[in-house]
Amino acid sequence: MKSLDDLKKIRDNAQKKVTMRAKNDGIRVLVGMATCGISAGARPVMNRFVEQVDKKNLESVTVTPVGCIGECAIEPIVEVLVGDARTTYCKVDVDAVDRIIEEHIIGGKVVDDYVIGNYRV
Amino acid sequence: MEELSLHILDVCQNSIKANATLIQILIHEDILNNRLTIEIIDDGDGMDEETRKRVDDPFFTTRTTRKVGLGVSLFKMAAEATNGELKIESRKQSGTKIKATFTLNHIDLAPLGDIEDTLVILALNEEQIDVRYVHEVLGQHFEFDTRQIREVLQETPFTAPGVAKWMKEYIKEGLYNIHKEEAK
Repeated sequence: MKSLDDLKKIRDNAQKKVTMRAKNDGIRVLVGMATCGISAGARPVMNRFVEQVDKKNLESVTVTPVGCIGECAIEPIVEVLVGDARTTYCKVDVDAVDRIIEEHIIGGKVVDDYVIGNYRV
Repeated sequence: MEELSLHILDVCQNSIKANATLIQILIHEDILNNRLTIEIIDDGDGMDEETRKRVDDPFFTTRTTRKVGLGVSLFKMAAEATNGELKIESRKQSGTKIKATFTLNHIDLAPLGDIEDTLVILALNEEQIDVRYVHEVLGQHFEFDTRQIREVLQETPFTAPGVAKWMKEYIKEGLYNIHKEEAK
């Protein structure tokens, strides 16, 4: 049974790590979570990001739900922000999430197969 | 949308946009009366009467990226498909309450689905809005409140490693426990 004490341990571990980590720029993952995104499967996509970021200890990565950017037909849309570089991925599914994490977030190389340029010129 | 929990996630986005600080999601599986009610109550900006009348109209939206708004309309349709209904109460500056009722044993009732995923995503919202979830069934009840979690976490953010996973398991276990009686 999960208890608040377990949560306290998680907190204490996280606090230790924060003091060890210097100012890390961090990578932000934004998942479109409006009606269009949700209908197209954004919830399992976000969920997968959260799970994998946790599992792979990618501590400088934060995953956040956001609104709609007006490209509802090609949702789920995920934006990955690394410093000033913004990459917009479309029609993202759970398999695409795994590739984005491995190839882009860990490997540093944009996953061309899902970038918005393939859908909108 | 195939799950009621997806509708809940969707409708709660409206509360977030309306600058709510607390969203309450109250679920009551009233088996004796064959009714399921889902209430979503926020303390956001609220709506004037004119706006309130139009929110379940698919051609009404406040968004500027396109001209249709389906969130509340789809939720209403899901309720009406089970002979239920959706009601909205709202006042400017005092928040909005959406109450949807469903017929529990209706063949067109969508499953609640993975409500823990919905709640975790809501907890990770950028505006740090708190969420209180109360689920009642046959006199048993489960409550999940991000204010309580925030208190335990102190300065540690919800995005810290392990927190999302803990929340998810905590909710799943809690819901499993209150449904044990019903399964007997």
